[in-house]
Amino acid sequence: MQPSLVLEVLVQGVLAGLVYGLMALGLSVIFGVVRVVNFAHGEFAVLGMYAAFVLFTALKIDPFVAMLPIAGLFFIVGYGLQRAVINPFIRRPEHEQFILLVGLAIIMVNGMLMVFGPDARHVNLPYSFDSWFVPTGVTAPIIVDTVRVYAAAASLAVCAALFAFFRLTLTGTAIRACADNLTGAAVVGLDVKRLYALTFGLGLACVGAAGAMMVALTDATPMLAPAFTLLAFTIVIVGGLGSMAGALVAGVLIGVAEAMASLVVTPSMKSMVSFGLLVLVLALRPQGLLGRRPA
Amino acid sequence: MIAGLIAATPRRALVLLGLLLAALIAAPLVLDRYLVSVLILVLWFAYVGQAWNVMMGFAGLLSLGHALYVGLGAYITAGLFVRLGIGPLAGLPVAMAAAVAVGGAIGWLGFRFRIEGVYFALLTIAFAEVTRIAFDHLAWTGGAAGLFLPVSAETSGAWWNLRGGPLLFYYLALGLAAGAFVLCAILRHSPLGYRWLAVREDAEAARALGIDVFRARMAAVTISAALTSVGGVFYAFYYNNLFPGQTFDISRSIEMILGPIVGGLGTLFGPILGAFILTPLGEGLIALTEKAGINAPGAKAVFYGACLMTIVTMAPNGLWPALKKRLGIAGEEA
Repeated sequence: MQPSLVLEVLVQGVLAGLVYGLMALGLSVIFGVVRVVNFAHGEFAVLGMYAAFVLFTALKIDPFVAMLPIAGLFFIVGYGLQRAVINPFIRRPEHEQFILLVGLAIIMVNGMLMVFGPDARHVNLPYSFDSWFVPTGVTAPIIVDTVRVYAAAASLAVCAALFAFFRLTLTGTAIRACADNLTGAAVVGLDVKRLYALTFGLGLACVGAAGAMMVALTDATPMLAPAFTLLAFTIVIVGGLGSMAGALVAGVLIGVAEAMASLVVTPSMKSMVSFGLLVLVLALRPQGLLGRRPA
Repeated sequence: MIAGLIAATPRRALVLLGLLLAALIAAPLVLDRYLVSVLILVLWFAYVGQAWNVMMGFAGLLSLGHALYVGLGAYITAGLFVRLGIGPLAGLPVAMAAAVAVGGAIGWLGFRFRIEGVYFALLTIAFAEVTRIAFDHLAWTGGAAGLFLPVSAETSGAWWNLRGGPLLFYYLALGLAAGAFVLCAILRHSPLGYRWLAVREDAEAARALGIDVFRARMAAVTISAALTSVGGVFYAFYYNNLFPGQTFDISRSIEMILGPIVGGLGTLFGPILGAFILTPLGEGLIALTEKAGINAPGAKAVFYGACLMTIVTMAPNGLWPALKKRLGIAGEEA
């Protein structure tokens, strides 16, 4: 195997991993604060893909531009969903929350199947097949797809914005307070219901933006949804539930591991590698790579 | 054991159960082929729902990967039959042993390392997915292209090899569903069953009482896995074709757990009630959309999803507890 090929796959894995990371970040934020596992996460990612696909085919809007209105729309959907459907479940047993969201996931994936059909939908950007030759000095120059670089950069930008929101704004601090100590947050007079809805909205905005970018990298089909849900879960558990940096790091790790598995073994076996990683992490470090041990 | 169980059950409940069983035994005499095939599905889902309920309903362990055991049972017996000519009766113990081994491995990993709740559910999905991918690449059972059981006129009467018509499978499914019901009733009222309930309600308190939580949970996983694999054997010989993408699919795992959730988690009659409500509604919806000329492959699943959300929001304990009151057998524990 040529060293330049290995390096190429490595770089592609890192770039795709950042988009995975953004998707998983949405799940991590929701779980870290609301303590509800969004089992319909991959379904929302694919919905984001279809939204970008529709905007592109109907209005010729570039997915990397469309991701902003899509994220906004998903925020509103998430806010409403948390308020109307999920909030009554906050104090219910874990398995009931899970069943509720499994039901939502089934409705979404099959609803998309009914609306868009099982065929893969493709977005043909003017720069879809552009790539750059990057000299490395040590090996032959490596080829890097332009779209992947755009997607990775956009993912990093969205993540940075989210980090800044949580660190620098008062609302962000209030949300972190809810995550740290719910009773304490309620005692000092924070409107927990509103903050939970905000958080769910932010989580879905992340996954909506990630989905919009994803459609530039892969074709959209409803069948991707359960796989994305599992992928997001795997990333979040490997990185540490509730750890925002962990989601990004693990996203890159899983992206690289899957890309390498496609190269060394066969593409259809790649998810076995991430599940292997998941089992390893669950057994050896259940709090995840960057997670805190529960008190 | 069984005599004590019968004595403890209200007479009214026994009469109702007897009437239901008699009606089901007589059903093929009056129903056409299509309705019998729907009833076979109902009974199959009642059976596997009962098996899943041992884990979730009795011991409080959420498994979202039960298609794994269906797939193992199906693939092992079908593979032995097609490749080596070993009949399903001889293949059955092998399949059950394999399901117990895999279920035991998942349980050991989960309970030894304290992987609980949502994490455990994810572990079960991950194992089902890994097994699906493995079978996609396993040439001995045909890989992703599928495994097909021979269907021919000469072998059609060989009932001991599960070769036969719908009636054979109907009464087999009825036997399985009834057998699982009785078995679960016995388990539920056994010392093990009470240990399960204690662990389900509060694992720490159960441990403090001296219950070996690990062993109780392992028993639930392995019993549930073994029972489910028998459902897989039925599945293989009834449908005669197997594809990893269908047999191990997560949507199958979820379809299996709908009945017990709608009927009532942890109840004995809930899985049966849920299957009798959901499956005919789902099949009816398919027939209806086909008649209307609409090709809507997702309609049934959307309906199932809506059922799940409605039930878990409005009646998280399922429909059976309310129905039981109506039937005047509320005192009965089932």
